[in-house]
Amino acid sequence: MNTIASSSSQVSTSVNPRVLALTMFILGAGIVFLTGFAHSTTLHNAAHDSRHSMSFPCH
Amino acid sequence: MIVRFLWVGIMAGILAGLPAAAIQHFTTTPLIIAAENYEGDAPAESHAGLHLNGMSVQTELGKGILLAHAGGDHSHDSVWAPENGWERTFFTSVSTVVTTIGYALMLLAVMFLAKSRITPRTGLIWGIAGFTVAGLAPALGLSPELPGSAAADLMARQLWWGMTAVATGAGLWLIFQTSKGWSIVAGIVLLALPHLIGAPHPDELSSGVPSEIAAHFAASALVVHAITWALVGASVGLLWQRNTPSDA
Repeated sequence: MNTIASSSSQVSTSVNPRVLALTMFILGAGIVFLTGFAHSTTLHNAAHDSRHSMSFPCH
Repeated sequence: MIVRFLWVGIMAGILAGLPAAAIQHFTTTPLIIAAENYEGDAPAESHAGLHLNGMSVQTELGKGILLAHAGGDHSHDSVWAPENGWERTFFTSVSTVVTTIGYALMLLAVMFLAKSRITPRTGLIWGIAGFTVAGLAPALGLSPELPGSAAADLMARQLWWGMTAVATGAGLWLIFQTSKGWSIVAGIVLLALPHLIGAPHPDELSSGVPSEIAAHFAASALVVHAITWALVGASVGLLWQRNTPSDA
């Protein structure tokens, strides 16, 4: 009984590691999108040399 | 857990990104600036010029070629761009570090999903896979390009780049993680598919930039990219290991 109680409380208080990892992957991809791909001219100009050096399609 | 994940991702990105930015400063950035000098002399003067979205774009009418640029030296543009010199170096370095933070978070997430041990050694191996996904595979279709290079439509190239990275990542996963007969075959198909479809290229190749500079840049960018991913992988492993709770 104790085991069941403790494991269910663990599930309710902690984040599912897979969901966490997927969320972090999407966060990382979003960051790379902003620096490498976003069409905002300001972002493009700030990241210009970095985009070329890291082989993202630019211009 | 969330804090540990974010901390390791961000710190590993900084740890890898700072030396990567320094290496770029001495290797690829001088070639980009050299190419922009030639870009000024490009035959663009004789072609129609227009301003799109604040970026100067020279078109060679009727040939579907864009010789486009939006470097940091357009003081006449109303749109902000960093001034050449320390300001440009600063923003390039920040962009590189932010990109490596993104890469570090993605790499850590994938290693986590693969239930891999996360050490500097495994991080390095996964980092090589990251370089294959984001560097090698896209470069087979779209070699690292300088400002002023002839290129197809930007959106088409970005879509092909993204599709290639996703297909290559999924292919490597099926081959090395799922690792069954069917998945290895499917993985090889996924690795080949973007290249069978083919990257978008302009109708005609023309550039004001000497081919020696373009070739030097393509090779340098790939090497710097490989070093960057190796640093990201090793940093992720190192920091994850150092931040392991003692009871884990």
